[in-house]
Amino acid sequence: MFGYYLDLAWRSLKRTPILTSLMVLAIGLGIGACITTLTVLHLLSGDPIPGKSAQLFYPQVMPDTRSKTEPEIGFTYTDATNLLREHRADRQAIVVSNNIKVFGPQAGARPMSLSTVATTTDFFPMFDVPFRYGAGWTPTEDGNRARVAVISQELNDKLFGGGNSIGRNIRLDKWDFRIVGVLQHWQPQPRYYDLYGHGAFASGDSVFIPFSTSRDLADLGIEGNALDCWEQLTDQVHLENQPCLWLQYWVELDTPAKVSAYRDYLVSYSEQQKALGRFQFNGKPLTGLHDLMDWLGYLQVVPSDVRLQTWVAFGFLLVCLINTVGLLLAKFLRRSGEIGVRRALGASRRAVFAQMLTEAALVGVAGGMLGLLLALTGLWAVRRSPTDYAALAHLDLRMFLVTFALSIAASLVAGLLPAWRACQIPPALQLKSH
Amino acid sequence: MIELRPIFSTLRRHKTTAWLLVLEIALTCAIVCNAVFLIGQRLQRMDLPSGVAEHELVQIQLGRIGKSTEAMAQSQTDLAALRLIPGVKQVAVINQLPFSDGGASNSGIRLSPQQQQDTLEATTYYGEGALSTLGVRLLEGRDFQHGEYADFGTIIADLHNGDLKNLPSTIIVTQALAQRLWPGQEALGQTIYVGKGLPFRVIGVVADLGRPNDLNQGPEYSTVWPIRMTVADGSSYVIRTAPQDRATVLQSAVAKLKQLDPNRVVLVKRTYDDARHEFFANDRAMAGILVGVIAALLTVTALGIVGLASFWVGQRRRTIGVRRALGATRGDILRYFQAENFLLASFGIAFGMVLAYGINLFLMVHYELPRLPGIYFPVGAAVLWVIGQLAVLGPAMRAANVPPVVATRSA
Repeated sequence: MFGYYLDLAWRSLKRTPILTSLMVLAIGLGIGACITTLTVLHLLSGDPIPGKSAQLFYPQVMPDTRSKTEPEIGFTYTDATNLLREHRADRQAIVVSNNIKVFGPQAGARPMSLSTVATTTDFFPMFDVPFRYGAGWTPTEDGNRARVAVISQELNDKLFGGGNSIGRNIRLDKWDFRIVGVLQHWQPQPRYYDLYGHGAFASGDSVFIPFSTSRDLADLGIEGNALDCWEQLTDQVHLENQPCLWLQYWVELDTPAKVSAYRDYLVSYSEQQKALGRFQFNGKPLTGLHDLMDWLGYLQVVPSDVRLQTWVAFGFLLVCLINTVGLLLAKFLRRSGEIGVRRALGASRRAVFAQMLTEAALVGVAGGMLGLLLALTGLWAVRRSPTDYAALAHLDLRMFLVTFALSIAASLVAGLLPAWRACQIPPALQLKSH
Repeated sequence: MIELRPIFSTLRRHKTTAWLLVLEIALTCAIVCNAVFLIGQRLQRMDLPSGVAEHELVQIQLGRIGKSTEAMAQSQTDLAALRLIPGVKQVAVINQLPFSDGGASNSGIRLSPQQQQDTLEATTYYGEGALSTLGVRLLEGRDFQHGEYADFGTIIADLHNGDLKNLPSTIIVTQALAQRLWPGQEALGQTIYVGKGLPFRVIGVVADLGRPNDLNQGPEYSTVWPIRMTVADGSSYVIRTAPQDRATVLQSAVAKLKQLDPNRVVLVKRTYDDARHEFFANDRAMAGILVGVIAALLTVTALGIVGLASFWVGQRRRTIGVRRALGATRGDILRYFQAENFLLASFGIAFGMVLAYGINLFLMVHYELPRLPGIYFPVGAAVLWVIGQLAVLGPAMRAANVPPVVATRSA
């Protein structure tokens, strides 16, 4: 029966090519716009570390809350190192990064400006960072301010032709570092572990060194891009005792009980610091503990323009749908005579309804194909745009299927009212008037 | 005068279709009004005055060279070398530029030393000769004199040692900031306080000088300080030259800097025009997308009107024939369909206005947009009326061409 409906629908659509192409165009435009924006939204709001994101938390404590209602993002050196030393989470790491000057091993090599992360030993297991050669440095090396480095696969390819470079040296600014690990390609998007003062969709990091070493060699200048001081700073290089927020701190908490215990810990830590005269607040301290996805939302990693574009696209699809409802209604009612004959010859209301919906769905399939073409064009345009997430904008299989599902669903919804009106047409009356 | 009653009674027999058309026009009207408003907002942002000689500036930013003590000497050597390049009119080391990506330096400003909270956050421009190199227009007062400048490194060291007697004590502000801080008063001679009550006396007021970013904190709330920078502090060399010389000057300046020290990394080399273009790229893209959406919406709606009007004309051929046979002229038929469309469009526009207002409220809450100005309503209405009339013209003419003899034929 479905084949027969399909055949009827095809004939009917062929009979009115202009009206049909109008409907296909409307659905296609609406779907194309929606899929383009949805793909971008889906990419930007995706989970960068699925399976682990629920255990990763970003804590917040605030030394000075007199003029603030929300805790800030950054950490002072003192607080970050205090929390690290007290070691209350399953894993914890300080993170800060900057572009610094890196020289390859060849004599006379020209320097490159590469993104370098200063962090602590737990960083690699905590964020599931994959290694190709070697491993991260040890807690002892953290303590000794060892001049060791982990480099990215891309930098290893460039400097050492992809070979095992463990034990070789690279030079950061004026200092030599021994390579202890080489990563497998690792470039999570968004670059969630280091968002403070950096674009969320920046390209990957090339070098990782111990945080303690980066402070030992303070002239390297790894101090992030968002030095936020609540009082005048008095030393630009040695930020250890400055009234400035500039570090990030991550913890891994594996059970809900540990999460709530850590919340309490942050409060008691703040109160203890107040007693020491370091923190100033009235009443309760300002603290925070966000899990990773929550944190991305809090920092508004998805640009508000992208959300706005999605709203606009759905508004547009709605107009296109109403348009299609009107046109389908006109088309079906125009065929009152034909429908009357079919009803008189014994077709049930249900059969007429099914036939009309088949026709609507066929429009949906055609609209979906047009929409797919338009979405591919749209994403091509996004890739050429100057945004930092441009390179990510590709249609995956899921969005490919969503395109057709959305298109057919939209056309069926648009077809419901017209099909219902069509199946209400009484058989006899129509025959009489002809 | 067109008789409206027959139109209403006809529409009552096609209630569903008529409502659909009204709804479509309403949604289109609401979305178009808000989209045009959003475009206007973006264009306004992109049009903000920077206050600098935009077409005459190039910027070169070098990677950190370590915060060495030689930084000041090195910067002075670089500056001297850059000044010798043909075409270079002026060079300065400046910490930031208006409306351009890169870091931004801001400071909280207070109006009295006792104040607990900052009145506002203003952006802070540092660099010897910044105003004249950038070409910022001084409205009142004077620029800094050579002797007023202090080295950035020295200031930090003094603050570290609690030695406050050699700190600079003068500042230049923009007109917008002066009006915000001291409305209706003379700004020259006023004092602002920074941090723990460090005073700075206003000695000059400049016309415009935009912020690097954070434009929502007041795009023109800028201050200029008598502080000498080095390129080690993340500042840039900013060169003023003739517009046609920018490319060659930029090229030879970079070559010169690399010749002075081959181990330097050039992070940024661009003309100010490029920097500004890049800064507003997202706004431009968004405005472009919205223009596309408006065009597509209006096209879809117009085509929808054509489709439905054609259907109605086809359905009413006999009625039209009868009216023609009874003496109605072609003009009468034409005007009938035009009036019908006008009526539907008016309903749609009325609903659309309410909806536009609702969408605007939503945007105000979620996207920090101002209220939709009243002017958008009549303009939006006029646009949709015109589009409706244009769309219905074709089908209406076809209706007018239905010969009276149709009335005598059976359907």
